[in-house]
Amino acid sequence: MSERVKVTIDGISVEVEQGTTILNAARLIGGEIVPPAMCYYSKLEGSGGKCRTCLVKVSKGSEKDPRPMPKLVASCRTTVMEGMEVQNITSPEVKEARKGVVELLLINHPLDCPVCDQAGECHLQDLSYEHGSAATRYEFDRRSFERRDIGDKIQLHMTRCILCYRCVYVADQITDRREHGVLGRGDAAEISTYIEKAIENDFSGNVIDVCPVGALTDRTFRFKNRVWFTKPVDAHCNCDKCSGKVTLWYKGEDVIRVTARKDEYGEVESFICNDCRFEKKKTSDWVIEGPRKISKHSVISANHYEQLAPPPVIRKNPALKEANKEQFERVIRY
Amino acid sequence: MESLSNRKKVLEQKPMTFGEKIYLPSIAKGLAITFKHIFKKRETIFYPEQERPVSENWRGLHSLKRDEQGRERCTACGLCALACPAEAITMTAAERKKGEEGLYREEKYAAVYEINMLRCIFCGLCEEACPKEAIYLDGPFLEADYLRKDFIFGKDKLVEEPLKS
Ligand code: SF4
Ligand code: SF4
Ligand code: SF4
Ligand code: FES
Repeated sequence: MSERVKVTIDGISVEVEQGTTILNAARLIGGEIVPPAMCYYSKLEGSGGKCRTCLVKVSKGSEKDPRPMPKLVASCRTTVMEGMEVQNITSPEVKEARKGVVELLLINHPLDCPVCDQAGECHLQDLSYEHGSAATRYEFDRRSFERRDIGDKIQLHMTRCILCYRCVYVADQITDRREHGVLGRGDAAEISTYIEKAIENDFSGNVIDVCPVGALTDRTFRFKNRVWFTKPVDAHCNCDKCSGKVTLWYKGEDVIRVTARKDEYGEVESFICNDCRFEKKKTSDWVIEGPRKISKHSVISANHYEQLAPPPVIRKNPALKEANKEQFERVIRY
Repeated sequence: MESLSNRKKVLEQKPMTFGEKIYLPSIAKGLAITFKHIFKKRETIFYPEQERPVSENWRGLHSLKRDEQGRERCTACGLCALACPAEAITMTAAERKKGEEGLYREEKYAAVYEINMLRCIFCGLCEEACPKEAIYLDGPFLEADYLRKDFIFGKDKLVEEPLKS
């Protein structure tokens, strides 16, 4: 069944397995033609199809039936066909629609970024920066909820939730009991654990990492610092529950947060257990691998330099070199 | 080489004459200018008793603002510190407790907020970065002091006086 089909996305052709979605085909090409995704998560089975940010235009259905698809389709849920032609950033229609989707996502989203711990690594921030408009046309009150604790380590800000269902899929997939879900419909829909029962599963902390916005955040990191003032460092440990591969977020000498390693699409490489995430906050618990590479477009890399380029006067003069020793070291120590 | 702009003046160096060599005429000329100014209008002012008017977009010392209800506006978002080219700002955030709603506007506030006025170049980028309209450079000049540590202004010096009701 591994027949290969050829698709063309924004004029770039790629051959993929049959049954691949357009989104994943675009990710194989990479670069700016990859549609943004707020709800699809490659590591979560069944995710996708909720947020509509990944809309693309299919200008040619397939080799056999070359008619275009009548409407824009969600690329995370549409599989490719032989000879399909897809337009993403080359189609003004898609751009317009995406702008509308962003506006809808933001209708009930509070302007919380200065307070929110997710700011700086929030997908909704990136999405609205790239595709949204700067002003709102919405004049009514946004829906509001009380901030809630899910267990003693996870914080739920329901006001910020965009109902992408990723956290629900995590709970379904990683645990064998259903503990976390969406209650209510439409405007009243909200994420909840039944009767606020604390999630006790070892992997429940991963809902923090999959949440594209700041609705589920780490209580142990709450208001500790802004992510762009912290330094991400890759590390691992021998954990018998999970892979033990994490990113430590340093402020000075202290580890103030532990997360799984996220790839360029913001998806974790492997889920980590709650022990690694919440309990091991000492450098001695970890084997350090080196600084985490952060895209230079991210605010997290603002004011962080990969190499120190001291002026020649410092490099040549041994006395000055000695005086600036700490700075030279800091670059290597991150 | 020929000058392109043609504005260059070539200085000639001639040997000084006897009159120039004894300097007396030059001294008399200089003193004449000095004495003439005694009878002219004074150009200087007596700072700090008197102050010159400053322009509308003058940037002086920072102040952290309060809103109409007297609550601190700053939410310790760190954008000013990120924008600051001189790395002059640092802060520590804290969570607002129940019962402090009258003190702080948002659920997070700056427990410590410091600006090192010796680092600051008064560029005003912090003011532009602030999403909460919390910081303005609307104060006076920075005054001289003796110790470097006294130039690190904390919240005691930066935050506006509470509202009088
Ligand atoms: S809490 Fe986060 S992950 Fe869960 S549905 Fe809302 S936005 Fe998605
Ligand atoms: S005025 Fe400029 S240099 Fe001074 S604190 Fe603000 S951003 Fe920094
Ligand atoms: S002064 Fe403004 S920019 Fe600076 S931390 Fe406070 S709210 Fe943020
Ligand atoms: S990512 Fe495709 S609909 Fe959300």
